[in-house]
Amino acid sequence: MASQTSAVALSQDGQHRHSARYRVFHGTAEVAKYVALVFFSAFFILPWVWMVSTSLKNPQELVVWPPIWIPNPIRWDNYVQAFAQAEFSVYVLNTLKIAIPSVIAAVLSNSLVAYGFARVRWPGRDAVFALVLATLILPGFVTFIPLYIIFHRLGWVNTYAPLVIPVFFANPFFVFLLRQFFMGLPIELSDAAKVDGASELAIFWRIILPLAKPALAVVALFQFIGSWNDYFGPLIYLNDKALYTVSLGIANMRTTYGFMNFAWIMAATVMSVVPIIVLFFFAQRLFIEGIALTGLKG
Amino acid sequence: MKLHLKRPRLSHQDRHGLITGLLFISPWIVGFLVFRVVPFFMSLYFSFTFYPVLESPTWIGLANYRNLLTDGRFISGLYNTAYYALFAVPLGACFGILLAMLLNMKVKGLSIWRTIFYLPSITPVVATALVWLWMFNPRGGIINYVLSLVGIRGPGWLGSPEWAKPALILMSLWGVGTAVVIYLAALQDVPRELTEAAQLDGANAGQQIWFVTLPMISPVILFTLITGLIGAFQYFTEVHVMTGGTGSPADSTLMMSIYLWQSAFQFFKMGYASAQAWIMFVIVVIFTVILFRVSGRVVYYGGR
Repeated sequence: MASQTSAVALSQDGQHRHSARYRVFHGTAEVAKYVALVFFSAFFILPWVWMVSTSLKNPQELVVWPPIWIPNPIRWDNYVQAFAQAEFSVYVLNTLKIAIPSVIAAVLSNSLVAYGFARVRWPGRDAVFALVLATLILPGFVTFIPLYIIFHRLGWVNTYAPLVIPVFFANPFFVFLLRQFFMGLPIELSDAAKVDGASELAIFWRIILPLAKPALAVVALFQFIGSWNDYFGPLIYLNDKALYTVSLGIANMRTTYGFMNFAWIMAATVMSVVPIIVLFFFAQRLFIEGIALTGLKG
Repeated sequence: MKLHLKRPRLSHQDRHGLITGLLFISPWIVGFLVFRVVPFFMSLYFSFTFYPVLESPTWIGLANYRNLLTDGRFISGLYNTAYYALFAVPLGACFGILLAMLLNMKVKGLSIWRTIFYLPSITPVVATALVWLWMFNPRGGIINYVLSLVGIRGPGWLGSPEWAKPALILMSLWGVGTAVVIYLAALQDVPRELTEAAQLDGANAGQQIWFVTLPMISPVILFTLITGLIGAFQYFTEVHVMTGGTGSPADSTLMMSIYLWQSAFQFFKMGYASAQAWIMFVIVVIFTVILFRVSGRVVYYGGR
């Protein structure tokens, strides 16, 4: 709050009116702010350091007290073992087989649906959209047993179909996000095209989608991360180890190899996180804007 | 049929719009019916049946629900989930608001701090669970080491029935970053004139937050509380990974979702599991309604 205090003081009186007492108070508050930030940041950063540090230890160093931060020697071999023992590369490939089709499906289906809610006028539209939002609150556990049984009957268990096919049928969260974006585009764009005789589908494909690239990128990103991070879906639908995804594979390492080989598990864990972090740094703005957008009118 | 009945009341333009609109949203309509409505009612039906997965379901009326009331593990799951939700959701909201307010104070390097807070929330949950599992380890784990630096002898955390749930709650705070970003966006939308006006009227910093800032962002707080609550009731992956799906020690981390999963995929009792799902669903609905009711008095919607 100190900075707001200072903002008011500045705007009203100019800097020269600052009393010495005020400046001391202001300075202390300013320092306190950064002390608090550093303190909380330590809580958020420590697990990363611990993750990387553990991934480079030898088995003896895992249980030493006091804990070691920098292993000696640094065991890069743990990363090799993660590939050799756990077939990490297979897990990555499998995960991409789910994530890439899912991204395409999510972008296509959600933009179509969002367009129908944002840019086509039809009776009952707002009531139906309210229904879409209401399904956000329906928890997944109510439907997963029947879904499992349906997919089982279809012979889809132990395939990627149950993890990919549903993505083709829109997700309320993404529909909401894209609808917000589409509604922000000027209606004159569509009107002008309509005068020229363009169909609604042509307007969607040739005018709106190209303008919506940032929003589509947000959907693609979130879907990729969702598929990459998913655990429950692969857990119940994939029994064959050759089909395991990264998340499922690593979790399975924990039960297979136990604590003595925890460094291998941490090495695999580090590698499972790296793609997500790289994505984040390439698309930081999209993330922040996408998240903020979903929270605003909730 | 319905379209035919309505036809006389719709103008040509409306009808054209309706058909176009429905075509555009058809992926959602199909998905809604196939992946939501049908399974929703199937699960309600299954909850009244005896359904070992390889045979077909047999109607047994309310027997599943009656049995659940006396099933100690189900009651444990209910208790553990309530315990987790009761602490993790409000603590997460407070911590998130606190961090967002810190970031909203014109700090230097905003995007760096925000990244630090946000990154954990997009980290694969399995990764988070494994790292924290190792951090909580009483032998050589970093948490008890940090505690020992300030003279505290740390508990057994995940190995102790009393401390396993607090450990999970502490871990959940690491993933608060999404909420921080949402709160920060909301805080940045609070007009500065409002807090300035309050200040001119003699409100101190605490009063400004309580009477101006928090009411202004209350719709967003409600949103995060509801999604947080639904998330807490479905809290599954962390426990499944950390305990190998058992909910150990002594069922102290046996969440409702874990018992549901065990009933369905370890004991193959699909009817029994469906009844659990429905009890969870009813509880979630009740709490959501309560939150909305309470919030009707507290949440400020900008005069809408």
